[in-house]
Amino acid sequence: MTEQVTVVLGVIGADVHAIGNQILEYALADQGVKVINLGVMATQQEFIAAAIETGANAIWVSSLYGHGEMDCRGLREKCREAGIGDILLYVGGNLVIGRQNWENTKRLFRQMGYDRVYPPGTLPEEAIADLERDLKEKVGEK
Amino acid sequence: MELALLIDIGSTYTKASLFDLVNYQLIARSQAYTTVEQDVNRGLAKALAQLEGWEKAHYKLACSSAAGGLKIIAIGLVPDLTAEAAKRAALGAGSKVLKTYSYQLSTREIAEISQADCDIILLAGGTDGGDQSNIIHNARMLADSQLAQPIIMAGNKSAADQVITILKQADKEIYQTGNVMPELEELNIEPARKVIRDLFLKKIIEAKGLSRVKELVDGVIMPTPAAVLKAAELVATGYNSEKGWGELLIVDIGGATTDVHSVASGKPTKGGINWRGLTEPYLKRTVEGDLGMRYSALTLCEAIGTDTLKEQLQGLGWEDSGGERYQQQLKSLCRQVDFIPGSKREKLIDALLGRNAARLAVARHVGKLKTIYTPMGPTYVQEGKDLTTIKYVIGTGGVIVNNHNPAFILEGLLYKNQHQPELLAPVAPELILDREYLLAAVGLLAGVEPAASLKIIKKYLAKIELEGFENDS
Ligand code: B12
Repeated sequence: MTEQVTVVLGVIGADVHAIGNQILEYALADQGVKVINLGVMATQQEFIAAAIETGANAIWVSSLYGHGEMDCRGLREKCREAGIGDILLYVGGNLVIGRQNWENTKRLFRQMGYDRVYPPGTLPEEAIADLERDLKEKVGEK
Repeated sequence: MELALLIDIGSTYTKASLFDLVNYQLIARSQAYTTVEQDVNRGLAKALAQLEGWEKAHYKLACSSAAGGLKIIAIGLVPDLTAEAAKRAALGAGSKVLKTYSYQLSTREIAEISQADCDIILLAGGTDGGDQSNIIHNARMLADSQLAQPIIMAGNKSAADQVITILKQADKEIYQTGNVMPELEELNIEPARKVIRDLFLKKIIEAKGLSRVKELVDGVIMPTPAAVLKAAELVATGYNSEKGWGELLIVDIGGATTDVHSVASGKPTKGGINWRGLTEPYLKRTVEGDLGMRYSALTLCEAIGTDTLKEQLQGLGWEDSGGERYQQQLKSLCRQVDFIPGSKREKLIDALLGRNAARLAVARHVGKLKTIYTPMGPTYVQEGKDLTTIKYVIGTGGVIVNNHNPAFILEGLLYKNQHQPELLAPVAPELILDREYLLAAVGLLAGVEPAASLKIIKKYLAKIELEGFENDS
């Protein structure tokens, strides 16, 4: 990646699972990405405000405690409202309670406007490779 | 005997005090009407004429809030982020923030800014390396306007060159300084404050006709609120071997506004709390333009709520609480800005207004502790400063100093008197009165004689207790 890439990272809602968040920050920074880490218990508004001020390329949302659907819904719409409607939105963690059919979960979050949806246990490297690809594609579009 | 003459040129009064720097005493003080429109020196000369021996003073320094004080328009990107950071920088420099703007400025907003009669425009937006388009848009809008005020660029450094070029090409007076928010939620207000202070000295004093005071004294060196902030810092942190009091809060209730200054880190006082939002400046000043005892009496009543006010009056055993008489007094307060309450009833109403001004201003200054219920039980999020354990609350301003029950006014700000349980307001501080109204003067002196000014102010800050009210309604 030649241009500085900035990613806003955080664990959404009332979720306090902090460990994965720190691993993601480390992995992103290691690849030269500028990480704006909101930490745990981040609100949708905080994600958006941070992305606007920092001119971020993507928002990475984590949800571990099972309330992902409720917490993540509406973020894309709010981004559109705030003028960053085409920012990349990734989400991962334990998005729903228990073991549910992954394809259904993925479809649900895709419909909510997330560009990429990751199952539990995803390695950061996989998502970082996706990010590189997605950003290249975006440049191509312009 | 070494003397210091300290002058506070306010919009209504010019106040002068003479200190003895050897015995750390106030020797004399005087005041006269300010006459900025014609000539500041007339008011000043009158005040000085009543102060014997002022000519011999070694220091002759002045601060000023005349001609509306130092008026700033703050511009940022997101309201809670760079716009708020710009506002805090301006307030921290002792200025009055006329209005804060966010996102892309519109033609209508530019027209509004042009009407606003500000002294300085503080332009922020974007973290370093962050958004550039917004601040560049706003620079273009300012460049295309008729505005002639100095503009301080305190936004995204990556956009700085372009912003400066745009404004220079339009012949605007532009100053560049550090970003007020270089990283997300990280406040960096000192560089902007410094540029504002320099501009105040170099330009604003001249523009407001205040440089003429040099014929009589050394000159105006800062806006009055900056002097109070300086005093707050000095009393809290001390100077060399002269110990300070530690973290404290100052409430300054005026005719037009109520200012709150806190010198405190404000970090959570209990464990397990998630502290969110913009970093809090150790030295924080907030100004409430709708909470004032005279010019702003009506908006103050609006903020209190008529029902609440009635209840409070009834609680104090005042029968005629729904009636005409207090309404009348309220209305006359706005017109009669130099009103001094005479009857017991007038005093009571004045004290009650002051108590509510203190309560509301502190409610807006302190942080909040929100409870979020999770499957694991409640978790806590703190936004803003936790001032619950603050040990000292100092009251200043004409209303408090002249009221016979200043503790009643100050008590209004305590946690138990706040109407929202999540507010992190002081719980059990000592209530202190700036009984001779010296904080601004001492803040001025602190720049040249910090040790002496600390010794002086400690002498004149007095602990106060609650007194009863006589009821003559
Ligand atoms: C440690 C832990 C806790 C600790 C957290 C301590 C802390 N400060 O972090 C405590 C005890 C506080 C806790 C509390 C709770 N927990 Co817990 N906790 C765990 C546990 C054991 C480990 C989590 C962890 O750190 N994993 C290691 C990290 C590295 O992995 P990760 O978080 O999954 O993140 C990685 C990937 O998922 C991915 N990733 C994550 N987000 C994203 C985002 C993107 C965009 C991408 C690309 C990748 C990505 O990358 C990360 C790094 O590799 C898990 C079980 C488990 N083994 O996962 C349960 C677990 C997450 N907890 C669970 C639950 C239910 C709770 C509670 C509700 C328990 C309760 N009933 O009280 C509370 C919720 C509290 C709250 N408000 O958040 C459930 C969630 C169930 C669900 N979603 O269906 C789990 C799965 C346990 C279980 N099997 O039931 N928990």
